[in-house]
Amino acid sequence: MGHLKVATATQGIQNYAESFSGLEKSAASRELPWLRKIRQDGFARFGETGFPTLRDEDWRFTNLSAIAQTPFRLARNGHPLPSRKDIEPYRVAGAACELVFVDGRLAPEISYLGELPARVKVANLAAELARDPGAVEAHLGRYLDIRRDAFSALNTAFIEDGAYIHIGKGVVLEAPVHLLFISVAHGAPTVNHPRNLIIAEENSQATFIEDYMSLGRGEKALCNTVTELIAGDHSVISHYMIEREHEQAFNVSTLRIQQGRSANVSSHSVLVGGAIVRNNVHPVLAGEGSECLINGLFVGSDRQHLDNYMLVEHASPHCASRQFYNGILDGHAHGVFHGRIIVHKDAQKTDAKQTNRNLLLSDTAQIDTKPQLEIYADDVKCTHGATIGQIEENSLFYLRSRGIDEASARRLLLMAFASECLDRMKEGPARTHVEGLIHRDMGRLAHASLKGGQPA
Amino acid sequence: MSLLEIKNLKVRVEDREILKGINLELNAGEVHSIMGPNGSGKSTLAQVLARRETYQITGGEVLFNGKDLLAMKPEEAACEGLFLAFQYPVEIPGISNAYFLRSALNAIRKYRGQDEMDAMDFLPMLREKLKLLEMDEKLLNRSVNEAFSGGEKKRNEILQMAVLEPTLAILDETDSGLDIDALKIVAKGVNAMRSPDRAILIVTHYQRLLDYIVPDRVHVLVDGRIVKSGGPELALQLEEQGYATTESAARGA
Repeated sequence: MGHLKVATATQGIQNYAESFSGLEKSAASRELPWLRKIRQDGFARFGETGFPTLRDEDWRFTNLSAIAQTPFRLARNGHPLPSRKDIEPYRVAGAACELVFVDGRLAPEISYLGELPARVKVANLAAELARDPGAVEAHLGRYLDIRRDAFSALNTAFIEDGAYIHIGKGVVLEAPVHLLFISVAHGAPTVNHPRNLIIAEENSQATFIEDYMSLGRGEKALCNTVTELIAGDHSVISHYMIEREHEQAFNVSTLRIQQGRSANVSSHSVLVGGAIVRNNVHPVLAGEGSECLINGLFVGSDRQHLDNYMLVEHASPHCASRQFYNGILDGHAHGVFHGRIIVHKDAQKTDAKQTNRNLLLSDTAQIDTKPQLEIYADDVKCTHGATIGQIEENSLFYLRSRGIDEASARRLLLMAFASECLDRMKEGPARTHVEGLIHRDMGRLAHASLKGGQPA
Repeated sequence: MSLLEIKNLKVRVEDREILKGINLELNAGEVHSIMGPNGSGKSTLAQVLARRETYQITGGEVLFNGKDLLAMKPEEAACEGLFLAFQYPVEIPGISNAYFLRSALNAIRKYRGQDEMDAMDFLPMLREKLKLLEMDEKLLNRSVNEAFSGGEKKRNEILQMAVLEPTLAILDETDSGLDIDALKIVAKGVNAMRSPDRAILIVTHYQRLLDYIVPDRVHVLVDGRIVKSGGPELALQLEEQGYATTESAARGA
């Protein structure tokens, strides 16, 4: 048995090694020695560790064997691109522009760049590496710690394309930038590794939506994405992460936020799709007086596994962080909320708060919630709390006694719970987009949970 | 035909028989009161009529407008015109009072084949009803019953009743916890709804509310049975003598 396991693990990595050597030969930017080194370091690190196991403290609630044992190949184009009509339902009304990535690569034919204000650059990483590699080199991989996480290392090994966004000093971009990532079916398991770099200069304001979806069904796919978001001094940034891939999709995302002085960043995650999803959000409050809101909603049914790993690092004095994650789980779904807060020695007057609330709709749904506070400063305020509950029979009866049918009553109660997260999003196109998505999902869930387990 | 006809209704909760054969008839236009000591089964009766599913019906039948009430779901009973003002109104965070009321009204209108009411028509109507109950308009935008005072919650129940315009309204201990001013406002709201097409059943422990809403009939419920029925004077008699005499009468019977 032992032999078999080792063999499988090596085989898994072997597969990536072949892809990696193929990439080394073919990648357009292989002539950039610094980039080559970043990639090689990434792959070396991944080779050392392989995929994490349940013995790894940061992964103890998430079994990755389904990912480790699937022989994923790098997704290569060659299939017809999705049409504009295919993606029409997924567009964000009122977006400033929309970049569409198919299997991790920009598809300019179906993207929409709109009219952007001066000193706003929305492009793709591959193009920017060709145009101005120095601008990319200054930031790419500078904030992400590949030693912390195997998926980050793996993503780094396979850096090719993703979004490259630069918001100039003092620029206010009102409308959101929509980044749509589509995995398409290939008839065999494929992996893609989008890598995004977002630089918001001093005193700028902008909203970004990362939206992950799939077209075509029936095939396993892994999307392993990393975003480095640099929020300059006094910038005000909102970031949305939406995961709505199909039920065979694996999605691992890492959002690494670097905050300057008095920077104000909101991260909103909405997970409704995917088979195994890992959502890493890692802000470092590096500048004094910076603030961070980490807001999320995860909704799972059937056998979905949705793992949220928050790592909030307070590195400077007078910073505030707020984490609010709500989970709704039905069927055999398994949710995880791991909220880690590190307050470094110099981060006096830190104010960190964490709340995780969960609603379980069936007896077989499961949630693991784990706060983890590491405090090295002596004048800080840190609080955390978690709740697990069910839809209350009392509330349900009250609504029904007023004429509202059971499915609608359930939908109202689910929507009320989800609204706690929606209410933390600023009014605007991004929130409207997410609201529509959640409304549809709560309707679906209300009907499904009605048919399923009923309270005795 | 009576609006509500309860025949030999028997109800259990787990192993305990709570209602042991209730008989009651209520006609449109009438106001009846069911009085009784704590634990006599008053609230159980109210909840069973509103179709709470946690009770086990072991016998009897209930006809509402000639239809089998016990076969209905709570929402069907509501759509057929039954309304229960809760003894303990439920707090529902995240749903605004106005949205809740409009959802309820439209669910009922839809059931009856009427057009749904949009916010433009709904709000003026709602404001009128608020005035009647001397309620602050701010309560409309707050979550249902959340952080409402006891009096506000009870008034909110009567507001719902005024909006939904049921044919049978059951008031479960609506007077409990109300000061005299709030009690008068609630009574005014209920009296405004008295009509030849509507029946009201007031479930209460004390006679106090009946000073302001004078019932046509009073029934005394003791240990799961109606042991005595009479006119409004029966309520006063109970207030003076307590339930002890009727209880002993029940045991003697």
